[in-house]
Amino acid sequence: MRVNMTVNGRPQQADDVWEGESLLYVLRERLGLPGSKNACEQGECGSCTVRLDGVPVCACLVAAGQAEGREVVTVEGLPEYAERRTSGDAGASALAPVQQAFIDAGAVQCGFCTPGLLVAADELLERTPDPSDADIREALSGNLCRCTGYEKILDAVRLAAARTSVSGEAS
Amino acid sequence: MDFLRPADWREALAAKAEHPDAVPIAGGTDVMVELNFDHRRPERLLDLTRIGELGEWESGGRTVRLGAGVPYTHIIERLHTELPALALASRTVGSPQIRNRGTVGGNLGAASPAGDAHPALLAAGAEVEVASVRGTRMIPVEEFYTGVKRNALAPDELIRAVHIERADGPQQFSKVGTRNAMVIAVCAFALALHPRTRTVRTGIGSAAPTPVRARAAEDFLNAALADGAFWDSGETIPPAVAREFAQLCADACDPIDDVRGSAAYRRHAVTVMARRTLGWTWQAYREGEGRAAACA
Ligand SMILES: Cc1cc2nc3c(=O)[nH]c(=O)nc-3n(C[C@H](O)[C@H](O)[C@H](O)COP(=O)(O)OP(=O)(O)OC[C@H]3O[C@@H](n4cnc5c(N)ncnc54)[C@H](O)[C@@H]3O)c2cc1C
Ligand code: FES
Ligand code: FES
Repeated sequence: MRVNMTVNGRPQQADDVWEGESLLYVLRERLGLPGSKNACEQGECGSCTVRLDGVPVCACLVAAGQAEGREVVTVEGLPEYAERRTSGDAGASALAPVQQAFIDAGAVQCGFCTPGLLVAADELLERTPDPSDADIREALSGNLCRCTGYEKILDAVRLAAARTSVSGEAS
Repeated sequence: MDFLRPADWREALAAKAEHPDAVPIAGGTDVMVELNFDHRRPERLLDLTRIGELGEWESGGRTVRLGAGVPYTHIIERLHTELPALALASRTVGSPQIRNRGTVGGNLGAASPAGDAHPALLAAGAEVEVASVRGTRMIPVEEFYTGVKRNALAPDELIRAVHIERADGPQQFSKVGTRNAMVIAVCAFALALHPRTRTVRTGIGSAAPTPVRARAAEDFLNAALADGAFWDSGETIPPAVAREFAQLCADACDPIDDVRGSAAYRRHAVTVMARRTLGWTWQAYREGEGRAAACA
């Protein structure tokens, strides 16, 4: 079957989609967006987290046909998505604030969990610009990381929140 | 494979009547795992996510009519006052991503003995509204579970909504697992005080082939509370009564040994959860929650 959806702000069409296929497979194998990772295919690890009509979901658990006509944001679209949110238009930022913070805080090791964590963390900061540690732990509880021990990831989200609130106050 | 995409409820019922083998898919958090792992290769999927009304709820009179497709996140954020036990249970489901997609309709459809909505529905009191082109049936939730991962749906039927009694007193939900997030219950327990009818109801998960109520325990406690005029006095429940109640709750179980826990552990855990949830809810009642209903 054919599936139409908006991915990272652009209309996309995937052909010859098998009806039992996941949105994750369509993104990675048919639309050339391998940012969302496939680790478990059972909703346990969160490495495939994307926004579906704004809501963070595991792309491996969304049937491709369920995404028909919907808006999907993947890690590839995060810089533009975050910029549109703060400044109203999409400029040329290479990285979303949360991505820069992950790098600066040393929250990336092998990087396999990172795309999912970035999408989940960015959504948290959109909802809760000044999150408590409990908020951060809760928002990221569906994302597993086997490398970092999570402390640097928590640091990164705190850093992104602090930077965003400073720039928000300045503007 | 076919992907059926009804735009409204009537179309969905017609599609299910024409293709009783079509597998409904709502949040997909059970169905997609089965597809991804090749555990299931249905001829057809029936996508219910285009049907707007399934994602809505109405709160009227004594019940909340919860559309089958309302995700757990909405129950937690918007229905925690009317449906406290279900909201508490919803909080323990999977992870934020799973709660954003997973639904009570899907939990009932899967009918796993470990489904977290079930104990809460049993304790609160609920009826499942199921429909087909032949008509609509209301099934008391106690009768909905017919076996391990089996339910009372006929092949042409779909779940439209669950009618859940609005809380008239304190409710609690408790679940045993290895960590807070992403845990299938080793066992779970819900308890609701119903001051309006001066009754207590329970729901036990993952400790029998189906979710069950501990009826003998409820009868015992109802009689003990009535005999001692506890609903009026709000006095502390004597420890011996709480202990006996908890033991009768464990007796209602028929657990198995599996990788998540032994049968003996499950029985023990149920006694602990029964005692604690009774303590918590009764304390809330003593502090005034639901007292007006009992006096009315
Ligand atoms: C990582 C992970 C963690 C999980 N953790 C928990 C947990 O902690 N607690 C828990 O209880 N569950 C858990 N689950 C299981 C699952 O999320 C729940 O059972 C959820 O309620 C299913 O809802 P859904 O809408 O996603 O169902 P779906 O997968 O869409 O459907 C589930 C079943 O119900 C049927 N169905 C769905 N809607 C209808 C309808 N309207 N009428 C008739 N049949 C219907 C489907 O055909 C299917 O058989 C977890 C799943 C995953 C992947
Ligand atoms: S790949 Fe989707 S949650 Fe792990
Ligand atoms: S950095 Fe390797 S899994 Fe998280």
